[in-house]
Amino acid sequence: MTELHPYQYTPKDFKSDQEVRWCPGCGDHAILNAVQKALPELGIPKEKFVFVSGIGCSSRFPYYMDTYGFHGIHGRASAIASGVKIANPELSVWQITGDGDALAIGGNHFIHTVRRNIDLNIILFNNEIYGLTKGQYSPTSEKGLVTKTSPFGTIEEPFSVGELVIGARGRFFARTVDANVTLSTQIYIEAARHKGTSVIEVLQNCVIFNDGIHDNVTNRDFRDDRTLILRHEEPMIFGKENDKGLILEGLKLKVVKVGENGITVNDLLKHDAKEPNPGIHYMLANMRYPEYPVALGIIRSVEGNTYENDLELQIKEIKKNTEIRSMDDLMHSGSTWKVK
Amino acid sequence: MGKSSNIVSKEEVVIRFSGDSGDGMQLTGTLFSDTAALYGNDLTTFPDYPAEIRAPQGTVGGVSGFQVHLGHSEIETPGDYADVLVAMNPAAVKANAIWVKKGGTIIYDKDNFTGKNIEKAGYIKDPVTEEKLETYNIIAAPISSMVKEALKDYGLDPKSVLRTKNMFALGMVYWLFDRKLKYTEQYFDKKFANKPQIAEANKVALRAGYYYAETIEALRPVIKIQPAQIAPGTYRNINGNTSTTWGFLAAAEKAGLNIFVGSYPITPATGILEEFAARKDLGVKSFQAEDEIAGICSALGAAFAGNLAVTSTSGPGLALKSEAIGLAVMAELPVVIVNVQRGGPSTGLPTKTEQADLLQALYGRNGESPVVVLAASSPADCFHFAYEAAKIAIEHMTPVILLTDGYLANGTEPWKIPDMKDLPAITPPFADKNEMPFLPYKRNCDTLARFWAIPGTKGLEHRIGGLEKTAKGTVSHIPENHELMVNFRAEKVARVAEKIPGLKIRGADSGDLLLVGWGGSRGYLVSAVRELQKEGYNVSFVNFNYINPLPKNVREVFSKFKKIAVAELNLGQFAGYLRSKYSEFSYEQINKVMGMPFTTTEIKDKCIKILEDN
Repeated sequence: MTELHPYQYTPKDFKSDQEVRWCPGCGDHAILNAVQKALPELGIPKEKFVFVSGIGCSSRFPYYMDTYGFHGIHGRASAIASGVKIANPELSVWQITGDGDALAIGGNHFIHTVRRNIDLNIILFNNEIYGLTKGQYSPTSEKGLVTKTSPFGTIEEPFSVGELVIGARGRFFARTVDANVTLSTQIYIEAARHKGTSVIEVLQNCVIFNDGIHDNVTNRDFRDDRTLILRHEEPMIFGKENDKGLILEGLKLKVVKVGENGITVNDLLKHDAKEPNPGIHYMLANMRYPEYPVALGIIRSVEGNTYENDLELQIKEIKKNTEIRSMDDLMHSGSTWKVK
Repeated sequence: MGKSSNIVSKEEVVIRFSGDSGDGMQLTGTLFSDTAALYGNDLTTFPDYPAEIRAPQGTVGGVSGFQVHLGHSEIETPGDYADVLVAMNPAAVKANAIWVKKGGTIIYDKDNFTGKNIEKAGYIKDPVTEEKLETYNIIAAPISSMVKEALKDYGLDPKSVLRTKNMFALGMVYWLFDRKLKYTEQYFDKKFANKPQIAEANKVALRAGYYYAETIEALRPVIKIQPAQIAPGTYRNINGNTSTTWGFLAAAEKAGLNIFVGSYPITPATGILEEFAARKDLGVKSFQAEDEIAGICSALGAAFAGNLAVTSTSGPGLALKSEAIGLAVMAELPVVIVNVQRGGPSTGLPTKTEQADLLQALYGRNGESPVVVLAASSPADCFHFAYEAAKIAIEHMTPVILLTDGYLANGTEPWKIPDMKDLPAITPPFADKNEMPFLPYKRNCDTLARFWAIPGTKGLEHRIGGLEKTAKGTVSHIPENHELMVNFRAEKVARVAEKIPGLKIRGADSGDLLLVGWGGSRGYLVSAVRELQKEGYNVSFVNFNYINPLPKNVREVFSKFKKIAVAELNLGQFAGYLRSKYSEFSYEQINKVMGMPFTTTEIKDKCIKILEDN
């Protein structure tokens, strides 16, 4: 994985002097580790990293990174990060957010940022609960979840992060699990390299208010049978015995067993993250246990123009053909008259 | 032409062009004022148009107006009452009759004063008698039929022909004020370079109107207004929104910073975002955000990244930005928030003017959240205060709210173009690259501003945010630290007073009455005070542009007057603010909340009443 570049950092170089204050056992610790492992691989000087967050447990993240950081206000991290990136496209800008921060109060900024394809790396910690306010349901809580503000169970349909990203015309969507540091690190590196808005949903465990919410797919005992790690151009195969896979039957995905009914690995779908048509990515992102395995890895990664780059190009083009090069030029342009 | 025997000179005159939204009155007014400005008159203009883009034709709701006040001496306002009203339809008479001086001239399109249009305007039969305008100088010109006749051989469709009616009317007004047609003709040649037929048609209509006016006896005498005594220099007409935008652009250039604007369209502030968006030639990065909150938050991100950051809005948008302004206070980042005030609360009167967002600007946030508040006074001085707002924001590392209003935003006046080299320097307080570790909340001893460390600078990595911090930048809930930081932030804003000019008194520095105003109503107040002084009253005037902090000489100025009256377009917000700061004085109030500026006359009357009351 290591490539040759002039900046030889180790994860330690990205640790700030602040004591990490998340609850012991919180999934956030592992996410922090994975990010600190990913950054040295990118060949970007440390001073060019900016971490922007909103409000919530996850949003304390910038304080623990020895980089430039801006801890914003609830829901607005996408907007702040957009400003940072547009102002200086040379920076590597990361947004740290949660399911409440990004999808409830910040939902509008989130979808518009994705739509504009500003080159941000958005790590969305999805624990399906409000942790910092001590346990209220969130926009990703499963319908029926009993919490302090839904004592009889929620009556709302949850958002699916991937569905929302694709619906907002997103070009990069990946999913990982907090505890899987190796997969997460790989994804963060790819997300950083992708030009455009990259959204990474992390299935994150809140040990206090929603403990084990992702357990039925992430538990070590059966995760191999209940998750599918997607790799570009590789067959969609999974299972402890590596014997299950996905095929397309009619308009739907179907789980099949390799070796049964004459099905071979060659019959399985091959993942194409770079396919612009989001149809299959949409289906993959929405797979739910128990009917399907939950898709992990990079589900969609399609290159496209970024907002900040197009803006710079537009400015460059207009500057080429203008006679207005300074304020003095501007103020004296058009109709003026002299008084003697 | 036999003009010379029939000319009278006047000091000043007010003309109001009025018609249906589609009649081109804004263009007519603009062309007239450009011609007047080129001739050397001082002038101020004000457009008055409906909130609806296309209100039902012929109705009073759809009337669009443009008032020009020009003169031989200094002109401070668009004028109260019109000497000449041009009314393209009966609804324009309905909307404006009360704004014409007794016995003034009303030019109207006779062809449009027909049954249906008269009814739509709410008249029964004859607007002139129903409005009791018989004693006025009424010029009923068959404008529509005259342009049809004049353009009958030009092969234009009937719609295009009628579209030149406004130029016929303008031609008549040019005759009345002895103006040359040259400038307007040049405008058409340029504007319709690719449609010479249209350019020619407009020029023909303009000339036809001019000669028609010459022919009829009623438009005499011709009124001559000599050029004003104006300081030498190069001038242009400018409206408040453009002037505001250019002030920021000038500040960015002077400070050597890139400029970012994050805004959301809102009346009457949209012109600022539009002008920024058009200025890619100067490298402006304009971002039309998904909402007001994203507007200011993106600006804050850009400020963190080292840009001069601006967000522009109007009252409802300022409300939405409140939380983020609090973040700017806490993060101590330079950002300027422009609030082009309009009638409120809520959606209120979006296209009308008011000064009722003062308290929102001063106090509309949670916690102890001081910001610098400035207010501009005329379309042209929006440039100066935008520049000042940016300079203060940058040098003091603080959010600044700049208040303008709908009246300033859309009004125009001639502006003496400044030379960039004469504008004061702006020095961003960049952090010292060699001073490590960088402490984000270490302060300049003089201003108490923190230092600006720009992402991308090696060794200055740091974190800021909305949580209370120590000087080191560590999150802290220690009670004493919070109090210390709250006091620092308050004192930092208070110390801006050291850098701002004192109040300037117009008139004697002592007397019976001091009229106090702030921001955009200055013109009307100055005009009123000037007239009162001429009439022998001991009245002086001060205008506040620096609202927080206040200038240092307030007490000294106030103490020399027997009475103080505060005039503002709200129910007394600035008066209340002054009471809280300088409680030793008592303040009379002159208030108006009708969505329009004061008139000079009403200010005069109220001042006289206050002077006479014991």
